[in-house]
Amino acid sequence: MTARVGIVVVSHSHEVASGTAAMVRQMVGTEVPLAFCGGDPDGGLGTDVAAILAAIEGAWSESGVAMLVDLGGAETNSEMAIDMLPEERRSRVVICNAPIVEGAVMAATEAWGGACLDEVRRTAEELSAG
Amino acid sequence: MVDVPRAAATVRLTHQVGLHARPSVSLTKRAKQFQARIELALQADGPWVDAKSIVKVMATRAPQGALLHFRAEGEDADAAVRGLVALVEGNFETHD
Repeated sequence: MTARVGIVVVSHSHEVASGTAAMVRQMVGTEVPLAFCGGDPDGGLGTDVAAILAAIEGAWSESGVAMLVDLGGAETNSEMAIDMLPEERRSRVVICNAPIVEGAVMAATEAWGGACLDEVRRTAEELSAG
Repeated sequence: MVDVPRAAATVRLTHQVGLHARPSVSLTKRAKQFQARIELALQADGPWVDAKSIVKVMATRAPQGALLHFRAEGEDADAAVRGLVALVEGNFETHD
């Protein structure tokens, strides 16, 4: 079996990111590579490119990584982090256009079943498509 | 036409919160362990949804007491339906 797609959760709040990851672990299990980050380096609300890069590294899978992010800056900083990845990894990281908590659980469930990165993203985005 | 094994079963959902998030994830995960195409419906005549789709399973919003109809098509159809019925009857307690 090929490696499961990894999941990264990026929130402005450490608690939101940590709580979302806890829901994924409890509901889906620990077999899916999972990492999260939230908050700025001073402990306030925000996102940090270095922390996002570390999270991508932490959840890295040869099958790729699907990211779930919250408000604006989380997305732009995540895009910046992806740009800073080694070139051969860049195309294997996607940001899902989905609500952070629901998207993370849905994406992880799909990843657990061995779906490819594109299927994982589509499953998370199916939510917003209604 | 090759004769593909099929199976079907109906089970009552007794889980106290119904087919909400956690049971939906358990059901989808179990369904994904089989090769067969597996569908789920709240009415015997459908509409049927893909039991391996977490989004569709969760969207059924089956309440406690609802009847869950399963049907499967494929080599392991019978095992798939029995596995899913056992999961629902076991109140979604998973050991994997």
